[in-house]
Amino acid sequence: MIRPFAHTPFLRLAVLSWCLLGLQATGWAQVSTPPSTSTDRVGTHEALTTLAEGTWTEKTHAVTYLLQHGDPSLLPQLDALRSTANRRVRKLIKPVITLFRNQAGLASPDTETRRAAARDLGVRGTREALPVLRNALSNERDHWVRYDLEEAINLLTVEYAGPQDRLAAIQKLGDLRSDAALPVLQELADQPASTLEQHTLRNAAIEAGRRIQKWQEIASGIEILLQGLSLSSILLLMSLGLAIVFGLMGVINMAHGEMMMIGAYATYVVQEIFQACFAPSFFDYYFFFALPCAFVVAGLVGWILEGTLIRFLYGRPLETLLATWGVGLVLIQVARLIFGDLTAVQAPSWLKGSAQVMVGVQLPHNRLFIILLALFCLAGIYALLFRTGIGLRIRAVLQNRDMSACLGIPTRKLDAYTFAFGSGLAGLAGSALTLVGNVDPELGRNYIVDSFMVVVTGGVGKLAGTTTAALGIGTLNKVLEPSFGAVYGKVTILILIILFLRYRPSGLYAQKGRRLDS
Amino acid sequence: MEKTHTLEQPDEKHETSCAHSGEKTRRQFLRDAGKTATGFGVAALLGHLGNYALSYAADKEPVQIGILHSLSGTMAISEVSLRDVVLMTVQEINAAGGVLGRQIQPVVVDPASNWDLFAEKAKQLLLVNRVDVVFGCWTSVSRKSVLPVFENYNGLLFYPVQYEGEECSRNVFYTGATVNQQAVPAVEYLMSEEGGAYKKFYLLGTDYVYPRTTNKILRAMLLAKGVPAANIGEEYTPFHHQDYQTIVGNIRQFARRGDAAVISTINGDSNVPFYKEFANQGLRSEDVPIIAFSVAEDELRSMDTTALVGHLAAWNYFQSLETPENNAFVSKFKAYCQAEGLPGGNTRVTDDPIEAAHFGVHVWKQAVEKAGTTNVDAVRKAVYGLEFDAPGGKKQMDAVNHHTYKPVLIGEIREDGQFSILSRTGLVRAEPWSEYTNPEKGCDWVNHKGTYQKT
Amino acid sequence: MRKRDDALIPENDQPTNRVLAGPLFWITGLVLLVGIPLLNLLPDDSPLHVSDFTLNLFGKFFAFAILALGLDLIWGYTGVLSLGHGVFFGLGAYAMGMHLMLQIGAESVYGNALPDFMVWNQVKELPWFWVPFHSFWFALVAVILVPMLFAAVFGFFVFRSRIRGVYFPIMTQALALVVWLVFNRNETNLGGTNGLTDFKHILGFSIHDPATQRVLYALTVLCLGLAYMLCRWVTRSRAGRVLIAIRDCEQRVLFSGYSPASYKLFVFVISAGLAGLAGALYVPQVGIITPNQIGVLPSIEIAIWVAVGGRGTLSGAIIGATGVNWMRSVLTNHVPELWLLVLGGLFIAVVMFVPTGIVGLFRQTHAKLPCWKIKIPGWHR
Repeated sequence: MIRPFAHTPFLRLAVLSWCLLGLQATGWAQVSTPPSTSTDRVGTHEALTTLAEGTWTEKTHAVTYLLQHGDPSLLPQLDALRSTANRRVRKLIKPVITLFRNQAGLASPDTETRRAAARDLGVRGTREALPVLRNALSNERDHWVRYDLEEAINLLTVEYAGPQDRLAAIQKLGDLRSDAALPVLQELADQPASTLEQHTLRNAAIEAGRRIQKWQEIASGIEILLQGLSLSSILLLMSLGLAIVFGLMGVINMAHGEMMMIGAYATYVVQEIFQACFAPSFFDYYFFFALPCAFVVAGLVGWILEGTLIRFLYGRPLETLLATWGVGLVLIQVARLIFGDLTAVQAPSWLKGSAQVMVGVQLPHNRLFIILLALFCLAGIYALLFRTGIGLRIRAVLQNRDMSACLGIPTRKLDAYTFAFGSGLAGLAGSALTLVGNVDPELGRNYIVDSFMVVVTGGVGKLAGTTTAALGIGTLNKVLEPSFGAVYGKVTILILIILFLRYRPSGLYAQKGRRLDS
Repeated sequence: MEKTHTLEQPDEKHETSCAHSGEKTRRQFLRDAGKTATGFGVAALLGHLGNYALSYAADKEPVQIGILHSLSGTMAISEVSLRDVVLMTVQEINAAGGVLGRQIQPVVVDPASNWDLFAEKAKQLLLVNRVDVVFGCWTSVSRKSVLPVFENYNGLLFYPVQYEGEECSRNVFYTGATVNQQAVPAVEYLMSEEGGAYKKFYLLGTDYVYPRTTNKILRAMLLAKGVPAANIGEEYTPFHHQDYQTIVGNIRQFARRGDAAVISTINGDSNVPFYKEFANQGLRSEDVPIIAFSVAEDELRSMDTTALVGHLAAWNYFQSLETPENNAFVSKFKAYCQAEGLPGGNTRVTDDPIEAAHFGVHVWKQAVEKAGTTNVDAVRKAVYGLEFDAPGGKKQMDAVNHHTYKPVLIGEIREDGQFSILSRTGLVRAEPWSEYTNPEKGCDWVNHKGTYQKT
Repeated sequence: MRKRDDALIPENDQPTNRVLAGPLFWITGLVLLVGIPLLNLLPDDSPLHVSDFTLNLFGKFFAFAILALGLDLIWGYTGVLSLGHGVFFGLGAYAMGMHLMLQIGAESVYGNALPDFMVWNQVKELPWFWVPFHSFWFALVAVILVPMLFAAVFGFFVFRSRIRGVYFPIMTQALALVVWLVFNRNETNLGGTNGLTDFKHILGFSIHDPATQRVLYALTVLCLGLAYMLCRWVTRSRAGRVLIAIRDCEQRVLFSGYSPASYKLFVFVISAGLAGLAGALYVPQVGIITPNQIGVLPSIEIAIWVAVGGRGTLSGAIIGATGVNWMRSVLTNHVPELWLLVLGGLFIAVVMFVPTGIVGLFRQTHAKLPCWKIKIPGWHR
């Protein structure tokens, strides 16, 4: 992955791929722009020479010519020119490069690149970009690329076209709820209007601006909810395992965070193996192997931990707390000695980028994946607890350990399985976390207090409680964050939880029982 | 056990144990007293014999130097490399005959990323190990924590990391950049036509002194250059912050016109989630570039760089500098790491602080040779105005203000974790007091006593 | 479930009427208070000389020992494990630090009467809650009262609602996280991550002067002794018996007509006061206080000092705090990468194999012979 010493080959490669890109770009460009005639070719060639050697006036003419007649195949030459030119010339040829680069981008097979090119042209483009954009629009099928193209066209129209077109474009921008248009519209609305025409334009701009702003408010509300959902699903993933272990066995597993860390490192190792042993085309699928691996490895460590340590500490929750914290410290240091301080996992390409939910609202793929994974885990646990024999026994032990033991349920064995399962879930959570954050030995420490708060707020041993608490805390966190900031939002929530537990010490869904001491 | 007790039994036991404890105290009085005294005596004796042996050895030959970098805890990721490079440099100097004909003996301690422990370890280096110079610290917190120790015991610290300035200590030589040697020119670059002519700036940092002060200076500079306050965003996150959803959402709003850049002073492990979220929410380096002041090759080594490619960083040195001196330095460092069996071995990289830590040792050595002694006051005077060759080219120590003349480089992050150099300036003089925020202050240890008021 | 706990606690510390501590205490105290500083006064080259550095180091350890005493009171005796004691330590330390900060005055880097961090945070005026800290006596009172008040408010909410068992550690851990987050922010005007540092004077004496440090050391030892006696008095009083009863079976205490919540609150508040005192002694000796000393990790470390020394015994808390910190100081010098392994191993080993800690182990082995004798008839008083 890192070849710091491969300068020369790398440079060569870079140059080569750049040239190839340029060639490809020409190929794609020919789909969208009419093939340039031979006179054009001669003309552009001359223009380029002029740019390099001509006087200043000649150069400006050459730029105008290039904007109208050039095509992206000139990019390599322009870049070469730019690298040797002085700043004044660079500034002069910048619009040309912007146009051609985006033109090439518009022809790219990748929708994201096309969208970025369209957006860029909308903001930075000149009037010459309009035909290019229109041309691209007529060939485009993807909904969101079309959206960006239309937005760009209307933005440029507002800036460069005649009054009638401008009015239509302003209204269209309002229809589109265009984010990028707001500053432009704001400017128009602030301009003094003397003629009737200007008045109409101004009013249209104000009206369109209002519509966009209203939309933005809704969009940001929805976005906050989505962000809250994403955070909630992370919290849920982390606390599910904890809730099961805590609820069933009364064990405070302070090494839960480190189980997550193990899951994350398992993912990292699987990734390294895939990189080393398999063809790059398989790389994207490594995550499907990494998830079960993380589950199994963390579960195994949990099983060993239960067998060698926690088994002897049942019924002494405070001692378990300290011992597992110690285990956590050891695991952290061992991970540091093996893996060094910071590593990161490269997300598979299908988890990069984001899905556009609606105008102004995006949901990154990795977050979507985590939400789905949390739902999957929740469903799995639910099925395990309520649809299988072992689940029945687990619930029995949860309700009354002594009675269950009397009825012949092997409670100790069940404990071991439960602990391993809980640790495995933590491993899954850790694996999922690699998609949003980095992999470092102290990964778990960042989350352990949060997940405990979720479990405690939800009520021990209640799946529904944990889920509700995760959703509540996650969403509240994101609702508070824009106005409070990340830190004070979190502080507020923690204080609210403490106050909440003052009135409901056993959490949202308390276990029913008559014991005073439960 | 409890269940078998009758009601009387606990009482009985209680009584007896009381009687017993009273009896024991009396009898053990002298024995315990004797033990305690002997214990203290033996401990003290052992400790002092050890110290004696050490001080005896110290008189003979080697020059003791201290290395004060965190080898564990959160800062280890960055600081371990600095220890490595200092040790390598010492080895190199020793192989060439040492300094003043004496070998250099490094004393390595680990402050474990704990700022309080930094003060303790600094004290130990100066008072117990009696080192002549210390190379160390990374974060500003750690420097602020050891500063009183160095000033009080007249020690000498070479500090190799870029920092926020507004400091002018007699006992510290700053081989890293000040704000005017890194952040200010970087933002000027972004404002220039060549850098993209950006008009809006989002200042995002980790919540501690370096980002706060840097952003204070940058804000003053942007306002002075006519950027309206509405076009400047500012936000701080705590150390190890992981969830950048909301902040990146804000940046998306802020940058919707496409003329905004992000100035990042995010430190350490928060960078990965930030850049990932940035890319995932559809922001690209072509639209909204991030220019970072705390992301160097050594940090990139262990990150997934795909989300970072195309973003910028400003430093005074990049490993990708193509000069014979630098190539030699890079291969020497790699060879050293491999030979010593350090993690990473041959894949290790150099970066700005590593270079600064490296030439810091050389500056000290040259100064000692110039002064003919390791005495702190003599060495300090010898450092003023010293010219020297560093891997990144010729550099010079300032004649009065304890800082270093350095060039400013802007680089673009490449897929392989290295930088393509976009712009490079000549040597820039360090201004510990920024002209934007403290134009009236200067730093001068020759004609004044440190910080002074310009008239 | 709870019963297993009591088997672990040595029964030696039963309440007696004797309040004053034993002779061992007086001898050790005298050696530490007078002997060590005297050794420090010896010339540098004497083999018995104790360096300023060592003296200072042990001053710090003894400050930690006071903190450990406080935690032992609430955990070892009352059975309530607080994982937020770093907070109270921090509050005391910050209170003292704020006073020392204001003593720097115009000698600071910026030459401003305001503390340095306020200058770079662009604070123009001293925040209101800083103003009273100009007075040393106010600071001295605040050092103990602020943590106590804070503990009282938090304890009121938590103990009243019958939060106990493992919930309490989790809540206090959340508290530690909250306070750590708040103290790390620069807007709170408490110095942010950098904390408070660069102190120059205390009551007009230079803080770096070895003589001042010697006095501070002696003061710490003195305070440790007083704290020890206070704890001894508390644990051996009637209230102390109730505390132990709460530890052993809270329900029975409740049914006997006592209010466990009030007793717990009382001891929690005292314990917080001790932690605050420890913080105040720590600051001038170490010269810096940062939020790092407040967070979750240092808070839980305190518990391990107590556990290693022997919870439920006062001498154990002192031995544990001093020993573990000494070990850290040595290990981070020689084998830095092993320190966390050792600390983690200590957590596990103590819990698994020596639940009574060093003191308990010592008593077990040493008490064996007399114990046999006890069973011989005729040992009645």
